Amino acid sequence: MRRILFENAFSRALTEPAPNADDPELAELAGQLQHGIDRIFGGSLSIRQVDAGSCNGCELEIHALNNPYYDLERFGLKFVASPRHADVLLVTGPVTHNMREALERTYNATPAPKWVIAAGACAIDGGVFAGSYAVVGAVETVVPVAIRIPGCPPSPKTLIKGLLALMAAKAAA
Amino acid sequence: MSFAEIAPVAHHHPWPRRIVDAGYWRDIAGRLAAGEWGFLALWGDTGAVHLAFLEATTPATVSVATLPCPEGRFPSVAKALAVASRPERAIRDLFGLEPIGANDERHWLDHGRWPGGRPFAAPAPGDAEDAAGAAPGLPPYRFLDSTGPGLHQIPVGPVHAGIIEPGHFRFTCNGETIVRLEERLGYVHKGLDRLLAGSTIERAAKLAARISGDSTVAYSFAFALAVENALGVKAPPRAEWQRALMAELERLANHLGDIGAVCNDAAYAIMLAHCSSLREQVLRTAETAFGHRLMMDGIQPGGVAVELKKEGAAAVRGLIKVVRAQFPELVELYDNTASLADRTVATGRLDPALAAAFSAGGFVGRASGRSFDARRDLPYAPYDRLHFEVPVMTEGDVNARVWIRIKEVEQSLDLIEQILAGMPTGATTADLLGHIMSTCEGLAVVEGFRGDILASVRISADGTIERAYLRDPSWAQWPLLEAAIEGNIVADFPLCNKSFNCSYSGHDL
Repeated sequence: MRRILFENAFSRALTEPAPNADDPELAELAGQLQHGIDRIFGGSLSIRQVDAGSCNGCELEIHALNNPYYDLERFGLKFVASPRHADVLLVTGPVTHNMREALERTYNATPAPKWVIAAGACAIDGGVFAGSYAVVGAVETVVPVAIRIPGCPPSPKTLIKGLLALMAAKAAA
Repeated sequence: MSFAEIAPVAHHHPWPRRIVDAGYWRDIAGRLAAGEWGFLALWGDTGAVHLAFLEATTPATVSVATLPCPEGRFPSVAKALAVASRPERAIRDLFGLEPIGANDERHWLDHGRWPGGRPFAAPAPGDAEDAAGAAPGLPPYRFLDSTGPGLHQIPVGPVHAGIIEPGHFRFTCNGETIVRLEERLGYVHKGLDRLLAGSTIERAAKLAARISGDSTVAYSFAFALAVENALGVKAPPRAEWQRALMAELERLANHLGDIGAVCNDAAYAIMLAHCSSLREQVLRTAETAFGHRLMMDGIQPGGVAVELKKEGAAAVRGLIKVVRAQFPELVELYDNTASLADRTVATGRLDPALAAAFSAGGFVGRASGRSFDARRDLPYAPYDRLHFEVPVMTEGDVNARVWIRIKEVEQSLDLIEQILAGMPTGATTADLLGHIMSTCEGLAVVEGFRGDILASVRISADGTIERAYLRDPSWAQWPLLEAAIEGNIVADFPLCNKSFNCSYSGHDL
């Protein structure tokens, strides 16, 4: 282990520029994110992820946000274990009838001010599962949604963009 | 007349399906319970139940038995064979067919919240009628009893602390020690079987790719093979090899990610950091080679959707080099860290006898002595022309499951090199539509990273899917997690759970 740690200490970090240095629009969004967080949350924002029936594809990409390439926490964004600690609910899936109550209770357990992100095609409009007897459909039919991040699943870069956009909207509010 | 002498139904490929009576049905259940044959799947249909099993021949063969249920009943298989219990409960929930003699009459996928009740059957008295899911239409779920001095319960989920899928775990504990774990699943039931019925092959393929996101390639692979088997079509050789390349990249990505995640659940974050960056590199390579990080919709009935280009193949070669350079160091780190071994060795032990009784597939089965891999035992192209080993251990603990996956990473790297070297040229799609004539049925078993996925399809004369069923390996693995956790401490549950890594979505359908 010591050898690996030693090598890591002298190798360059894998973490990529935030979130993409040659993209001026995103660089600008990143600036707005800092601004928004500073203004409302004093530099940090806590996210509680809720799978309301996804195929798990979205979760895989949300997980990837924590890997060394994306390192979401450098933005002051972090995932928390309880809705009681959360500012944002990141919801995936076409909201199954069997998960509806759990989603509502999670939302109600989150202290205000709070925002819901609908992440992925299913969360936006039910995706390929729309119309099934077992799903409610769009997350916004169950809880108010502040922003929608498209994709099946959304890539980590798109997810970061969405989080940045939300912050920009909050700062403007 | 023995089961094998019954004439198989016409147009069911490549393995036979036979229509049986209750006597044969019970006989098959008995042979499965005795361990003579291996359980594969049990699923419902309108007015019938199907049972797929593995006959212990060399090479192994798959058989399907169908029992018509004109009176809405069938003899319970679960009475003799525990692994059939949850599938039977699901059949009852979806089709309204009653397993006679079953010892667990509780609902499984139906939580009393579906407007309209049973999706494939006329509503029965007591089914939920409200559309909004406001008032549950079923009495509260009754968890199994655990009684004794000093016992307490810990309810967990469906919303968990981590970024994972939803399910409920009911722990009964004595102090820190788990006396009983009972799972309650079905939270992510999306009504997949109903959505598949009546859809076009194209739409059904899209649905199949979204049954379990981490196994999207394996599911698409299984579904495509089942459709092709039904129609008597063969994908072009280049498509077959590309499919295997995608399947091995998916296996690599999942194994790498999960090896890191298991270590992280033992509070060893450095492994997670390194393994998750390797996983990220696999996904980026997949995007370069196949246009999507998870390679979703990359495989389609008839062939593949994306042509592997020179740059793609070069990216994959580059990836193999990186993983080969970095992974052995991580394996060494895993192997030489005593504090990690302290958590993984002898933790969450799954008895090989149980793994055999449940016909557990994947690394869960192979870490507990069950040597089965569909790529080797029910070979499909191009694996019949590739060389690989199927690692097996008997310890059955968290450590063994990690080791099986480490060895499978090494096998996948070898396989990818063989695939790149042997990749044939030519077309990548075959025509399907010309082959649709009368009702036909196909079956396929494909080895995903988690274990064997079974796909069964029935295609009607107009080319739509009449009935399709895809069985996730988790059906056999979830109940075994309940057994493996017994006597462990609550704090080791995340570790054990991650070492199984069962699918919620694939199971709940």
